[in-house]
Amino acid sequence: MVNGPTGNGQVGHNRPSLRLHVPEPKFRPGDDVDFSHLAVTEPGAQPRPDESCEAKETNPLATDLVRVLGDDNQAHGPWDPRLGPDTLRAMLEQMALTRAFDERMYRGQRQGKTSFYMKCTGEEATSVAPAMALASDDMVFPSYRQQGILITRGYPLVEMINQIYSNRGDKLKGRQLPIMYSSRAHSFFTISGNLATQTPQAVGWAMASAIRGDSRIAATWLGEGSTAEGDFHSACIFAAVYNAPVILNVVNNQWAISSFSGFAGGERTTFAARAVGYGIAGLRVDGNDPLAVYAASQWAANRARANGGPTLIEHFTYRAEGHSTSDDPSAYRSAQERNEWPLGDPIMRLKDHLIAIGEWDEDRQTALDLECAEKVKAATKEAEKNGILGHGLHHPFHTMFEDVYQDLPWHLEEQAAQAIRERKIKWPQA
Amino acid sequence: MIEDDTPYGIGDAPTRNLNMIEAINDALDIMMSRDPSVVIMGEDVGYFGGVFRCTAGLQEKYGKTRVFDTPINECGIIGAAVGMGAYGLRPVPEIQFADYIYPGLDQLISEAARLRYRSAGEFIAPMTVRSPFGGGIFGGQTHSQSPEALFTHVSGLKTVIPSTPHDAKGLLIAAIEDDDPVIFFEPKRIYNGPFDGFYDKPVQPWKKFPQSRVPEGYYSIPLGKARKVRDGEAMTILAYGTMVHVVEAVAKEKGVDADILDLRTLVPLDIEAIEESVEKTGRCLIVHEATRTSGFGAELSALVTERCFYHLEAPVERVTGFDTPYPHSLEWAFFPGPIRIGEAMDKILEV
Repeated sequence: MVNGPTGNGQVGHNRPSLRLHVPEPKFRPGDDVDFSHLAVTEPGAQPRPDESCEAKETNPLATDLVRVLGDDNQAHGPWDPRLGPDTLRAMLEQMALTRAFDERMYRGQRQGKTSFYMKCTGEEATSVAPAMALASDDMVFPSYRQQGILITRGYPLVEMINQIYSNRGDKLKGRQLPIMYSSRAHSFFTISGNLATQTPQAVGWAMASAIRGDSRIAATWLGEGSTAEGDFHSACIFAAVYNAPVILNVVNNQWAISSFSGFAGGERTTFAARAVGYGIAGLRVDGNDPLAVYAASQWAANRARANGGPTLIEHFTYRAEGHSTSDDPSAYRSAQERNEWPLGDPIMRLKDHLIAIGEWDEDRQTALDLECAEKVKAATKEAEKNGILGHGLHHPFHTMFEDVYQDLPWHLEEQAAQAIRERKIKWPQA
Repeated sequence: MIEDDTPYGIGDAPTRNLNMIEAINDALDIMMSRDPSVVIMGEDVGYFGGVFRCTAGLQEKYGKTRVFDTPINECGIIGAAVGMGAYGLRPVPEIQFADYIYPGLDQLISEAARLRYRSAGEFIAPMTVRSPFGGGIFGGQTHSQSPEALFTHVSGLKTVIPSTPHDAKGLLIAAIEDDDPVIFFEPKRIYNGPFDGFYDKPVQPWKKFPQSRVPEGYYSIPLGKARKVRDGEAMTILAYGTMVHVVEAVAKEKGVDADILDLRTLVPLDIEAIEESVEKTGRCLIVHEATRTSGFGAELSALVTERCFYHLEAPVERVTGFDTPYPHSLEWAFFPGPIRIGEAMDKILEV
């Protein structure tokens, strides 16, 4: 006898059967792309509440889109951060350098100099602009796609490449997958492969700063896909409960590897709107508008520093390239998406703005791009002196056992001796 | 109770009779007063002083920003503690029951344990996760577990389990001072008094036992050092937590001249004390409350077999909980009590 659910929905009543909704992106490979469904708001039309406002006052901004740069390449409205031309050019330079770095490292991976790389193409504004808006000793807890922060904070490119090549110059001693940087001196927290774990850690760091009566704040970044992790909920609830001085940056680049943002819950609401339920200030910004990103970051930083509490910023952007060097996006999305993306390219938009205000020109841009490429090339050559992956110039074997604990326990001492014995057998000359 | 040879005074420090809860509270109090970077957080640890009273009075004494209640979110508790450690604090988070540590596992395994390694020492996680564990209290499936093997399997974590008030205080102080992340499991069955496995006898409070003589003030017991509970010749018994008292009582009742080691720290392990004892006795019994398969006893058994093989007169035996979830009504059928331990002793001595 069958009790309970009757299976095929045809038995016992005339209601329609239940249907499981499985989200599906609008465009698959070969499809024509039309982004006209995206509500792209008028630049300058969004109000800028006072930084000390109650969190709920930001609720409308969590579903709107804060934009500054218009199609006329001019800055508009109350969110215009009114940065001077030198600052704007510095921002452009850091973004251009980040892109040049990505281009060369991607090629390096294809040439077999390392095992892996991840670009941030199209998302440069979401790391460079916040890094400029924060103080240099505010602690950042990034994911793996915020290399623009390290570059903006002046971490040497050679050190980044040493890490990518896992060579003997690598400060992380070849232990970490490429791009999982760490630099305490640059207040850049060690990157983990486990998604979203950095978010409650950032909140804890911010709580510690508050416990100590410090003035430093924390900021964390994660992709929209990672917001589905439980850690993100933990981060939000802790940030809200303790009014932690932290900025939670959600980089909504539409894609989590092959899964579109619908699989992170993006079909029914915005990611910034989640702030509303926690009682956190929420801002949704045009992530390809460096001025809007800067302004939102500055707003959130001022708020946090004045004990106004946490802010969740959704950066609405587009992952222009594959997820990683191990990914082929043509297998799951239309190749047209990148070119049709209605918010354009962050570097082009800032460049066009600087030209429009008479502070830049195409020749200077060409020179800048060349300069960035040369800078990266020189750093690459310098780093290659320390070796590339798999070419022998790595750290000594015993370093594998160090730093598991502060001191080497007996079992790791025994295992280190074994590894050294094996090395002598495998490479007697070494 | 057989007297052991551990000195219970430290120098001239006066001692007080404390139960394990009071000893833990005392350790926390001392570390909070010595080091302003020590902060305590967890569910109900603040105003209320903890469901087992281990943090009683601390919020009142040190203020809400150093001892505070948290949302019911173990991932957040551990994750925030990792961030606080990165800042430079020395957090002592509490997980109310070891059975509820699992939502925090990713933060412990992927983050706290690996932080020093993956950052080449730039960032560390000098945190001590306190959590009541173990059964024998009719706690059923989710208030009785002994998940230590999940943590001893993780490179980068230290696992500590005291069995007396004296050790609980000294080991907890050492754990808090340690710059590596420590899992500090407190056997809740023996919070108020030792338990010898004879569950139908009334529990005796700690104050009747010498191990409850706790020195006042600061002292620490080094991690990685076992305690010789009893000197004997017939066999080595390796145990920790509640089971130290159980094996001691069973050996006494059976008249087995056992050499009993309370391991105290599982990682790093006091391998020298184990080797020395087994080489002397030639026989080894391993006892833990946790389930058998892939339990910490398997690691101990393998180490003893590898390192003391030519001294062994009999196969190494393990007495453990059964490979089932911890049952409620059949608690004393599950618990590795006097019958199971006694049979194993007989078997080892047979040969």
